[in-house]
Amino acid sequence: MDTKNFIIKQISIFSENRPGRLASIAHALGEEKINILAFSIAEANGFGVVRALVDHPEKAYKKLSSLGFNVAFTDVIAVQMQDIPGGLYEIAKVLGDAQINIEYSYAYSGRDAAVLILRVDLVEEAIAKIQQSGAKLLERSVFH
Amino acid sequence: MQYKLLKSLVYRLYSFSPFYNDRMKEEKVHPDDIRELADVQKLPFMFKRDLRDNYPDKIFTATQDELVRYHVSSGTTGKPTVVGYTQNDLNLWTTSLARGLTSIGLGRGDVIQVSYGYGLFTGGLGMHYGAERIGATVLPTSVGNTERQIELMQDLGATAIACTPSYLLHIGEVAEKMGVSIKKDTKLRAGILGAEPWTDRMRTRIEDWLGIKAYDIYGTSELSGPMYTECAEQKGFHIWSDIALVEIIDPKTGESLEPGEKGEITITMLQKEALPMIRYRIGDITMVEDGICPCGRTHPRIQRIQGRVDDMLIIRGINVFPSQVEYALMAIPEVGQHFQIIVERKGALDDMLVKVELNKESFSDKIQDIMKVREKVEHRLRNSLNVNVNVELVEPGSLPRYEGKSKKVIDKRSL
Repeated sequence: MDTKNFIIKQISIFSENRPGRLASIAHALGEEKINILAFSIAEANGFGVVRALVDHPEKAYKKLSSLGFNVAFTDVIAVQMQDIPGGLYEIAKVLGDAQINIEYSYAYSGRDAAVLILRVDLVEEAIAKIQQSGAKLLERSVFH
Repeated sequence: MQYKLLKSLVYRLYSFSPFYNDRMKEEKVHPDDIRELADVQKLPFMFKRDLRDNYPDKIFTATQDELVRYHVSSGTTGKPTVVGYTQNDLNLWTTSLARGLTSIGLGRGDVIQVSYGYGLFTGGLGMHYGAERIGATVLPTSVGNTERQIELMQDLGATAIACTPSYLLHIGEVAEKMGVSIKKDTKLRAGILGAEPWTDRMRTRIEDWLGIKAYDIYGTSELSGPMYTECAEQKGFHIWSDIALVEIIDPKTGESLEPGEKGEITITMLQKEALPMIRYRIGDITMVEDGICPCGRTHPRIQRIQGRVDDMLIIRGINVFPSQVEYALMAIPEVGQHFQIIVERKGALDDMLVKVELNKESFSDKIQDIMKVREKVEHRLRNSLNVNVNVELVEPGSLPRYEGKSKKVIDKRSL
């Protein structure tokens, strides 16, 4: 199967570190009836980056840009993990052994299984290695 | 005497300075029109931009082999201004400071700690030679390494210190942390404080806290450097009449004001050789005090500087114009051109924060990349302003936009 099917479009939003910023992002998405499927905030001194997987990334991009937000698309992959002790280890080891660097990651516990969202430096290789290991990658169509 | 000096200065410049010759012709004034001291008002003004536009030495009236020193200060648009000195210029500067220090009551037997920066900045070296001239012992500590400054102050028995008022406050705080009381554990009795605005309230605080007398000092590199101090009476600084002719003018009309009237201080350096300055508009607001000083000196007395005619900021003794920030930011594609400067006093030191908008194109999802942009902006600003700046990246469009005159500076310092 084409690896492209496993590359998911995450939206990243630059946000100042002050009260109400997340609320305005969430409000904008809610207004457009955009559902947030997974989400994380990375913070640095004075600013943050909000990262989210949404069901309509293009629509979200348009809406947030029109409101003046700095928005970017980033390619990530989503791995279905076994929701048991050692589950994360399996995936991390596969990537580590293949010398693929995880730039960041966040996870959510989905309806069926735990899902790990990964931003890696070598996306195609990561997809291949994870598939070889027998772990399950979620297709883009699961999200949008 | 001032008239004679002025007359010969004007003749000299008219004959030998193409820059000033042009200026006088533009104003249709000839040296022969100067028939009394008050005729100084017929002469054209000079501004900082005249030095900048003629960078580095196009308006010098001495050749390089006649110069014995350069000092350089930061300019308003990234280009610095250069001041050259002949031996006579240095002597006059030193003489002026020596008189000031003597009028405070300092002299042989005193140990004067010079905690102004040494180097391109005029503060350190200027004070250094002035203090040597009066026979005091100079302790040239320059700025920084504050704990060592305090140890030396104690060990060598410094009786006076020359620095910015904020740096002295910082020294006081560090001393307390070290368990040293400036009041009880040192011989310090005088502070010669300047290079940044301060107030009488701050004077009282420094004097009560540190157990010293605090004297104001005034000057600017274009006119040599720190030059004029208060006398022991602490009632404004004396401007020596044989060295400089001081006028207070209305900044809008350029007309001369009377003693007791507040306006822009304008100085003519009567004897300067390498870079004569006529009617130089420094941009500081103050007034000439009426009446003779209780100390008996008849030289004009200038009240503490009250403010600026422009938007210049003084950060840790360094002049900063918002236009410099704008100029530096314009060369950085990752950020926008709107900015806001927030100045605060953290502890005793000035803290300058520049808020600038991160451009859409340069937003990457990676925190590291954004940090790199911030570091780049901080680095560029530090290089062009000569002062440490903190940068905060904000969302595009989030900084206030102004119609007409913008208020880009928020100064939260209470002096």
